[in-house]
This record gives sequence, structure tokens and C-alpha cells, in this order.
Amino acid sequence: MARIEAEVGKPQGGFIKWIDDRFPFTATMKYHVTEYYAAKNFNIWYVFGVLAFVVLFMQLFTGIFLTMNYKPSAAEAFASVEYIMRDVEWGWLIRYLHSTGASFFFIIVYLHMFRAMLYGSYKKPRELIWVIGMLIFLVLMAEAFAGYLLPWGQMSYWGAQVIISLFGAIPWVGDALVEIIRGDYSISDITLNRFFALHVIALPLALIGLVFVHIVALHEVGSNNPDGIEIKKNKGPDGVPLDGIAFHPYHTSKDLVAIIIFLMIFSSVVFFAPDMGGYFLEHANFEPANLTATPEHIAPVWYFTPFYAILRAVPDKLWGFILFGLSVMLPLFLPWLDRSRVKSIRYRGWIYKSALSIFVVTFLVLGWLGTMPADPMYVLAARIFAVIYFAFFILMPYYTVIDKTKPVPERVVYHG
Amino acid sequence: MTEDDLDRNRRHFLTVATAVTGVAGAGLAAVPFISSLKPSARAQALGAPVEVSIASMQPGEMLRVLWRGKLVFVLRRTEEMLARMTENTDQLRDPDSTEVDQQPEYAVNDTRSVRSEYLVVEGSCTHLGCAPLEDFDVRPAEGWGGGFFCPCHGSKFDLAGRVFKGVPAPTNLRVPPHRFVRDDLILIGQDSGAA
Amino acid sequence: MVKFNQIASLLLVTACFASAPGFAAGGGAQMEHADIDPDNINSLQRGAANFMNYCSGCHSAQYVRYKTIGNDLDLSDEMLVDNLMFNAEKTFETIQASMPADDAARWYGTTPPDLSLMARAKGVDHVYNFLKGFYIDSDSPTGVDNLQLPGTSMPHVLWELQGYQAAYFTDHENEDGSVTTTFEGFEQLTPGSMDSEDFDNFVRDTTNFLAYVAEPIRSDRRKLGVWVLMFLTFFLILSRMLKKQIWKDIK
Repeated sequence: MARIEAEVGKPQGGFIKWIDDRFPFTATMKYHVTEYYAAKNFNIWYVFGVLAFVVLFMQLFTGIFLTMNYKPSAAEAFASVEYIMRDVEWGWLIRYLHSTGASFFFIIVYLHMFRAMLYGSYKKPRELIWVIGMLIFLVLMAEAFAGYLLPWGQMSYWGAQVIISLFGAIPWVGDALVEIIRGDYSISDITLNRFFALHVIALPLALIGLVFVHIVALHEVGSNNPDGIEIKKNKGPDGVPLDGIAFHPYHTSKDLVAIIIFLMIFSSVVFFAPDMGGYFLEHANFEPANLTATPEHIAPVWYFTPFYAILRAVPDKLWGFILFGLSVMLPLFLPWLDRSRVKSIRYRGWIYKSALSIFVVTFLVLGWLGTMPADPMYVLAARIFAVIYFAFFILMPYYTVIDKTKPVPERVVYHG
Repeated sequence: MTEDDLDRNRRHFLTVATAVTGVAGAGLAAVPFISSLKPSARAQALGAPVEVSIASMQPGEMLRVLWRGKLVFVLRRTEEMLARMTENTDQLRDPDSTEVDQQPEYAVNDTRSVRSEYLVVEGSCTHLGCAPLEDFDVRPAEGWGGGFFCPCHGSKFDLAGRVFKGVPAPTNLRVPPHRFVRDDLILIGQDSGAA
Repeated sequence: MVKFNQIASLLLVTACFASAPGFAAGGGAQMEHADIDPDNINSLQRGAANFMNYCSGCHSAQYVRYKTIGNDLDLSDEMLVDNLMFNAEKTFETIQASMPADDAARWYGTTPPDLSLMARAKGVDHVYNFLKGFYIDSDSPTGVDNLQLPGTSMPHVLWELQGYQAAYFTDHENEDGSVTTTFEGFEQLTPGSMDSEDFDNFVRDTTNFLAYVAEPIRSDRRKLGVWVLMFLTFFLILSRMLKKQIWKDIK
């Protein structure tokens, strides 16, 4: 470590100094990269943050190229996507990267969030990081939803129809709100045009801004670790946390391996199964939007289905909407719902371990139920699992207190 | 060498090798994105050669057609126009069409054409791309024997699209690839091979 | 604890990559598997000819250019013009139906759908079974109905090849009094010019071609994918060695 510092810290003349006198280049690099210390015992769960960053970049980049060829009008949208797929050289690759990226964005973000639940990363002093993260998640959902309308296929159209209609459930203002969202009396060219604006400008800007703030907040308090120990409490004489290692080159070299493994999985889908059996690209969306016929079976893309299952489980439009919204928003309150003395699952008792396991199963089952037709059996199952979903959050202040925790060691556990 | 030195060398080698591979990968990944900017299959289809019927053209008459969105002049020159073109060639910048990019090989001749009667040139001034106007009146007092005049910056071209000296346009008007399918039909955009 | 993490991650990852749901079966009958071979270029060429001869009169494939077909199926421009291009003059044109859409709508009550993406939207098995599924139905204006897509307005275009068949159904009363109709089988009424095996192959080739036009770059992407994965594997080995070397510092 000393060697690396020596390299970075040596007096820089010339161009770098000229820059540094005008912009804190070296200082920023030190603070965020070469002298940002994170625990050395990071495991696989700690790669999803950087992977989310990679996918965000990829979506922005491919999105720019798609925008060059896509036409946001009801008359031309569907054909312009096929134009990209067939007539634009390599257009198919750019489009598959973007469509596959959308699904992988959610896979990664869900795993990233689950990591926080495993190791209590949302707990004090990282509450704000978690809240900003939840905002990112909400904007990401809006971004994905707006993007899904753009191909103007059957699923695009009818999926948007269902979700936008949801807002009609709000008392008094619902109908007016729905018209304001659509800008028309039904989903139309006008709706498509404004969703395009949201998808390519407004929401990506919000996303980038929030991600920036997310990372600034993280680097202020420092990263959590699988032991849930604050490494800043044990500093060496040089002021460097004893359990911390510099982001660069240690975590960067590790992250590079993770990124490549991710790219291999990602490429396997892009090149060998871009439809992913109808989950990533839905079959019905290869038919242009038909305003006179709903597809036989309509479900949102897989990443919305856990919440969609909860919506369908409720036999009342308004309450369905409320519980749907609540199911999305509840995780936001985790920092205050979780009253455990320890952060990491490693030092929690059997109650939280069981609760979290049941929650994972519940979330997956709800996701599966959301893709299934609304048969009475499935609806009943969705109700049961919806209750479990809410119980996990609502009962958390009780069971995290009574749960027997183990003593947390002073230093992180690391087997070299 | 000590073990430390070995490690340092190995690390240096691996860092360079990984960096080179990464840059190569990024370079390869950039290819599809850059290629996607080229004219698409549709643009190529729309930019296919166009047929121009010259059956009803009278001597001295000029047609304006579009090929790949570019203006193309087809001028049927009179005997008198052709005769006039041999005068005053010393005022032209490139009277012998030596600039290779400005015409196909078969148009490198005194009249810059396949058949001397018919001039086919792109109506795009070689200065900054404005569309020149035809001015076929002869005004000996001005030393003007007819030709093209660009309204934007005053460039002048003769009846073979050759640029005059002392004007902003650097080269002659461009002759697009073209051929005579029949005596009364010109195909613009293709010199040979099947239609 | 490590175990718990591993199990949890396994669960999540498996769920994310859960197996394909496939297509919802239409028509109620069990579908025959189309069993196409996308890499068989002869089958695709025959399918292209079948499509142009029997389908393109009424159906367009408006996103598909003849030239693309020529490049992918090893057909020269001359072969395209002579054998496939009945409605077009230039190879860069897209496949348009000979019949004007307005007329079609008047004659059949609906515009014949564009077939560029049919195989991708409905699945190859659907296309295969649809083309084989016409049977005599005197109540229908076209004289036939279809097992795969009941109530279709499409006539039995391939009758000369397949001949006509009848479908047999049995009704079964459920405990709650509702009636379930089960398809029992087809019976050949009049023979076509092809025997049933030849006709199956004819339909299979046609389906294969429709699957190809739904995603012409399919074989390209699979070939490229192999190279990409090979490159990434090499990159992975290198980066893993670098990581190990750098992490030697960490005790």
C-alpha cells in the first residue's frame, strides 16, 4: 500500500499540476479511487453495484444509437424498430444489447438490494444511501415502463393501458390524472411521443443525477462489508483503516473479473437467447399494437410481476392500487423498520434468517404468479404470499428486536 | 532477481496485457456502433440508380433530377454550345479534367461526357454545396459563353461544368457515374453491370 | 453462514433464469412439433419458393428485402429475379403482396396479416399446425375452418397439395354440466397431389422460411456469439491472473 501511495503522492509537475490548480483532479482521484478504502473481505454480493454502473453506461450508450434510428410516432414506431433490426447495419445487436440490458439492470439491482438486506447496509449511518437507492429503483421502474411502450407492439400498448389505468383508481383526481399522463382519451401517438421524451431525456437525467448522489453519499460514510463492521473504527497510524484496502488497484482488479464474468453471461443471452423464452422480449410484442384486440394473456415484463401479482390479488381497484404502491415503497423504510443491534446476517439469530429466506421465496413466487393467468387458484396463492410480503416489513420492528444476535468481532473476518 | 522483482515484472506484464486486451475489446465493440452510422439498407435502396428518359429532350434543354437526394443536371447541348466550349479554355482552372475524383474515367475528355451531346453533372457547387443556376445566354462583352453560375458565392462553370479561374469553387462540377441504357435512357448512379 | 449466502444466491439466480414459458397453445388441440432446421439452406430455399408461390399473393413480408434473402440463402440476383420476385423489379425492394389490401379486406373481411414476424409472434409450431390444420366446415364462408386458429378467414390455399380433410370431435359432459369438446383426429376426404409425408415437409420448409424472415440475423448472431465468448474467456483468464497478482499484497 505504501508503494502505491508513493506513486500517487509524488509531486506532479506540468500538465497535471496545471489542471490541479484549476480543478481538483488529483484530489478527486485520491478521494474516490486510489485512497478510497473499502473492506478487504468483500464477497460476490459486493460486485452488483459496479455491475449496475456498467449496465447503466451500456443502456445510455446503446440508447443513443437506437434514438438515431427510432421514430416516436404511432404510425412509424413498430416499423422503425424492425428497420433497426434489419436495415441498419448491426442494428440488431444494438437493439438486443438494449433490450437484454433492461432485464439485466433489474436482475442486478434486485441482487444489489438483496445484498443490503443480507448485510444491513441500509442501517445507520447509511440510511440516506438506501433511500437514494430506492429513488433510483423507482426512477428505473418508470424508465423501463416508458421504454417498454416505445416498440409499440401489442404488449407495449396493452401493458401501458393496464398500468396507466391504475392511476384512475385514485379518488377524485384519478380520471383527470390518467388523461394528463396519456395526453389523450386513450393511449395514442401523443402518449408515445411524451413517453419517448421521458425515456430518452428526463428519466435518464434523473437516473444519472441520483446515481451520482448515491455514490457521493457512499463515499462519505464508506462501504459496509459482510461483517457489518465499521472499518473506520480501527485505523492504523497512517489513518488508513486496518481492514480497508484501496479501491484502486485492489477492488478495481477484482471488479474487472466480475465485469467480465457478467459480460459472458450477458453475451450468452444477447447472442443465443435474446428473447429469453419470452421473458426479456415478449412474443406478443412482435405484433404491432392493435387497438381493437387485447392479447389473450397479458402480463407486464418479469421485473414488475411481483408487484403486479399483489395488485391482482386485491379485489378492489383503489386498494389494489394502494397495496401495489405500498409494496414498492415499503423497502424504503427498512432503515427504520430493522431494529436489530447488528447489521450482518452473520451475527443475526435464526428469526431474521428465516424471515429473510421466506421473504426471498415470497418475492420469487409473487414474481412467478404475476406472469400467470388470473385463475382463482393463482389469485388465492397471490393473496397468501402478498400477506407474507407485507408481514415481513410490518413485523420487522418486533422480530428484529427479539431475535438473538451473536457478538460482532472487532475486525472483519478475512481468510487471505 | 529476488521474488519481489519477479512479482513486480509479472504484475507489470499482466497489467499491460490486460490493458491491451481491454482496449482491443473496446475497439472491436466500437465497430458495430460506428458501422451502424453508415447508410442503412433502406438508404441504399432509396439511393439506387435512377433512370432518366431523354427521349423528348430538345437541344439546349436541361433536366433536373434527384439521385440519392442530390441534384443532377442533364443538359442536351447544341452544336453551337459544343463549339463554344473549345474557346477560352485558358480561363478554366482544370480544362482537361485532371482532378480524378470529379468524374469517372469515361468522362475525362473535352466535353466531360459519354456522348458529347449530353452533359450529366451534379448540381452541387464544389465550393460549399449550393445549387448553381444555369445561364446559357452568351454575353461576349462580359466574356461569358454560357454555363453555370452559383448564386451563393459567385463561382462560375462552363457548359461542361468546368470551373473558371478566380472564383471560390476549387474544382469542376462532379460528373456522377452514369451510362446509356438505350439511346433514349440514361441510368444515373451506375456505370456498368446489370440494372 | 457462508452456506446460507450460497443457498440464497443460488435461489435468486435460478429464479431469474427460470425456464422458458413457451407459447400458450392455441386452438385447444395439442400441437405437433414443427421440427425445423434453421441451418438447412436447401429447406430454406424451398420454403422461400413455397412462400412466393402460395403466400405472397395475399400476404406481404414488408420488412424483408429480396436482397437479404439472396445473401443469406446463397441465391444470386438472377435467381431471385427469375424464381422469387413476382411482385418486384429490384432486389432491394421489400416483399409486398400482389393483392391490394383494400380488395383483400373486402373479399375476406380482414386484411391478410403481414408475415415478416408471424413465426416470432406466434411460434413456429403454431405456423406449422395452422398450415396443416384446415378441415372441411360447411358453415364457414370459405368452406373450411382451422384447428389451430378456429374461425380464421383464410381459405385452404394448399388444398391442391394436401387435399381436403375432415376433423372429428367428441363432446364430453363435465360434472358441472359444461361441455368440453375434444379433437379426435383428421380423416382424409379427397387426396392432394402430395402424400402426407411430402406435404409435411412442404409445410416444414415453409415454416422454416417464415422463422428465418422473422429474424434473418439469427445465424449471424449465434456465430458471432461464439467469438465474443472466446474473447471474453481469454480476457477473463488474464484479468483473473492480474487480480491474483495484485491481491498478493493483501494479508
